[in-house]
Amino acid sequence: MTDRAAPTIPAAPTTRPGPTSIDARASRNLAAIARGETVQAVVHEEVDREQVVLEVDGFSLFYGGYQALHRVSMKVPRGKITALIGPSGCGKTTLLRSVNRLNDLIDGVRVEGDMRLNGDSIYGRDVDVIELRKRMGMVFQKSNPFPMSIYENVVYALRIDGQRDRRVLDEVCERSLRAAALWDEVKDRLHESALGMSGGQQQRLCIARAVAAEPEVLLMDEPCSALDPIATQKIEELMESLVPHYSVLIVTHNMQQAARASDYTAYMVLGRLIEYGPTQSIFQNPKLPETEDYITGRFG
Amino acid sequence: MTAVAPTPALASSRSGRRAASGATMLAAGEPVAWLMAAGLGLALVMISGLLALVLWNGGTTFWPGPIVELRTLDGATLLGEEFRRERYRPDETLLADQSAAVRTAAAQALSGDGWTSRSLLRTANFDVTGTHFTWISDYEIVPDSVGRPEWAIGIERLEFGRFFGFPLRGEEDRRVVAEGEAATWAWFEAHHREVRRLWEERRDLETHEVGGVNRALESERLRLRGIELREGIPAEWVVAWSDLLRTRRGGSAEEIESARTRLAEIEAAGFVPTDRFRAAAAEFEAEEATLNDRFVELTGEIARLDAAMDRFVMVLRTVDGVEKSIPLAEIVRAIPQNQLGVGGRLLVFLDRWREFLLDGPREANSEGGVFPAIFGTVAMTLIMTLAVVPFGVLAALYLREYAKGGAVISAVRIAVNNLAGVPSIVFGVFGLGFFCYVVGASIDQLLFEAKLPNPTFGKGGLLWSSLTLALLTLPVVIVATEEALAAVPRSMREGSYACGASKWQTIRRIVLPRALPGIMTGAILAMARGAGEVAPLMLVGAVKLAPELPIDGVAPFVHPERSFMHLGFHIYDLGFQSQNSEAAKPMVFTTTLLLIVLIALLNLIAIWLRSRLRRRFAGSQF
Repeated sequence: MTDRAAPTIPAAPTTRPGPTSIDARASRNLAAIARGETVQAVVHEEVDREQVVLEVDGFSLFYGGYQALHRVSMKVPRGKITALIGPSGCGKTTLLRSVNRLNDLIDGVRVEGDMRLNGDSIYGRDVDVIELRKRMGMVFQKSNPFPMSIYENVVYALRIDGQRDRRVLDEVCERSLRAAALWDEVKDRLHESALGMSGGQQQRLCIARAVAAEPEVLLMDEPCSALDPIATQKIEELMESLVPHYSVLIVTHNMQQAARASDYTAYMVLGRLIEYGPTQSIFQNPKLPETEDYITGRFG
Repeated sequence: MTAVAPTPALASSRSGRRAASGATMLAAGEPVAWLMAAGLGLALVMISGLLALVLWNGGTTFWPGPIVELRTLDGATLLGEEFRRERYRPDETLLADQSAAVRTAAAQALSGDGWTSRSLLRTANFDVTGTHFTWISDYEIVPDSVGRPEWAIGIERLEFGRFFGFPLRGEEDRRVVAEGEAATWAWFEAHHREVRRLWEERRDLETHEVGGVNRALESERLRLRGIELREGIPAEWVVAWSDLLRTRRGGSAEEIESARTRLAEIEAAGFVPTDRFRAAAAEFEAEEATLNDRFVELTGEIARLDAAMDRFVMVLRTVDGVEKSIPLAEIVRAIPQNQLGVGGRLLVFLDRWREFLLDGPREANSEGGVFPAIFGTVAMTLIMTLAVVPFGVLAALYLREYAKGGAVISAVRIAVNNLAGVPSIVFGVFGLGFFCYVVGASIDQLLFEAKLPNPTFGKGGLLWSSLTLALLTLPVVIVATEEALAAVPRSMREGSYACGASKWQTIRRIVLPRALPGIMTGAILAMARGAGEVAPLMLVGAVKLAPELPIDGVAPFVHPERSFMHLGFHIYDLGFQSQNSEAAKPMVFTTTLLLIVLIALLNLIAIWLRSRLRRRFAGSQF
């Protein structure tokens, strides 16, 4: 991952350009969104050259009468880190939780459109949600280790699958903890409670748990928002070590993090995907003015 | 708290938060804190007052005090233990009945404020005097007549309550073998233990051996009755046949003949019992004969023991000079109360506690021990807990995890909470009507038909009591469990779902372990509530005296259908149903103390279990 140079965030322009300023164009697009219209996303051509692991296809989601996602379509590339950014309430987390259908647990949620994981429909009528979730891993905003030992936390997905073979479990535990860069820290206390670990360790344990079952896509919902900078840095390094073996879709509020740690970035506003492309272009050369406004801190 | 001059509010706010060690209540300037402290203080005073009352009265019951002898102005001599002392104001009419000497003394004693003191003297010797207790006012006593005679002996015996008197002589086979106080006492001490050993042997023979023969006889009879029911043997034939059996054992020749004729008449009328029944009847006859032989043998043995014990009689003199013979076998414990030092008294005290905790009751429960009641209380509470916790947890799991919220669920929740407010006696009535008369009667019909019309499960018993109290405590468990389940963070469930766990897997592996300490809290509350409950038990199985424990060495070892004794009911019985209520009063306190300690112990065990669970799941919370 040495070739990914962290792009610098451009400083906000100090002078206003002419009448066709990006501000004017931006407000036109945002005004359309405010009227409830669907906006065509600008997708950079580099995205189409990648292999697709997860395809979102015209996906809309309603919380009762409120529409949280408006016909979102995007292709998540295999073996890369894709970041979802956007102002609060733009639907990034909703989109992420729709991928493993966690939103099903909320009363009154209705969806339109579909997603496909390696070509298999996620919202088809005969999809077994339990089986589907076993093909993905998820890391949450706040670390949520289970009230059991470190070992049992990591092999949880295998346990509920009925795996009893001690050798397999031991092997998966070590591999996952190594993948989460936690092995050296906890290998001597695998059978102690996971709740005795530090916050950063707990979050890495959750990552180990999420990768234990070899997920096809790893979903991360602001995994560092509750961590201090040092723990955050460790998680980011860990994410980079996970690709290209795993495909990661990450929601983040922290634009520096998106810029530093991701290969692709998708910018969302009010339930719509606005612009989607390689992180470097999004941050250094965005095609849409509202994207530039957001990443320079003038909007959102 | 030492008095500290209040600091001006401004000054203290400028200096910031004071160190906890130096701060006084005055430093916390919120008046509402005082209100709360007062509330807590009041609660503490009431609770510790109640506990102190129970502890003092219950704890001192078994301490042997001195026996005092005194003369009254009326010329009577009294001997007894001081039981209670109080200040009172004698009534005019009370004094009018007294002799002139007493009136004069009273007038002098009451000349001040009209108050004086009186003592309740346990004079005992109910079989001689007809009373257990006598009130003595201070002015009635001849001055300087109060003494503690060295040879006054307090005797606890099997009947008529205590006896206070002086040893006169010891008799063996009606021959005097010891005379004089010291010699008689030495003779008593030499033989009492041996005689009591014989007495215990006799008691064991009576309860275990004779009881065993009776049980065997009963089970043989039931077996025959079962065959009789299956084969459809008419009742009149059975009556005639058992008459024949009975007359053969001890009737005259004519009686045997008439029974035989009656049997022949019935058989001539067309009924011939089946071969199978005849075989069973013959077997029964043989078995009954063997058991009867055994019974006669046991009766002989008991008579031999009785004779051996009855040889030893101690003759005592009451303070009035009446002679009273008491067989040594009837003396549970004799104490020369005025000769004992603190150590000796302590030994008596401990021995009485041992008897209280480990023996059965005697003298209509007012003496002896409460072991059957302890056993019954613990067994009932444990069975109740085993019944209510799984039941309540399942109900709460469905309510909280599976049911879709709505009007029906809200109604169910309200109903469950209201259940907690239903008077407990109503549960007793329900338990009697449903468990005993419906469920129990059905079980009897199905499994114990031979025993009918005597009910087996169709009456109050340990099982039905436990289940009734389980119903009573169900709301506690449901509410506590629901709260514990609701407290499991949503993020933890989502983490489990995201790993591909099903709902049940998530509940079993994540939610339940995490909620377990809270569920245990519910179980602890339910136990405390159930163990102290009495009213419903009076209807569904607690009795004054249960001859057998619900768990014993007789197959099938556990007898959940049996009635049982319960400490709470025992307290009620002692306090309100006792003939000698004054003597039973200290036992009420002692039993209350025991019940409180028992519940506290059960709770401590549960709390220890819970803290172990907590330690497993807790850690530094992020």
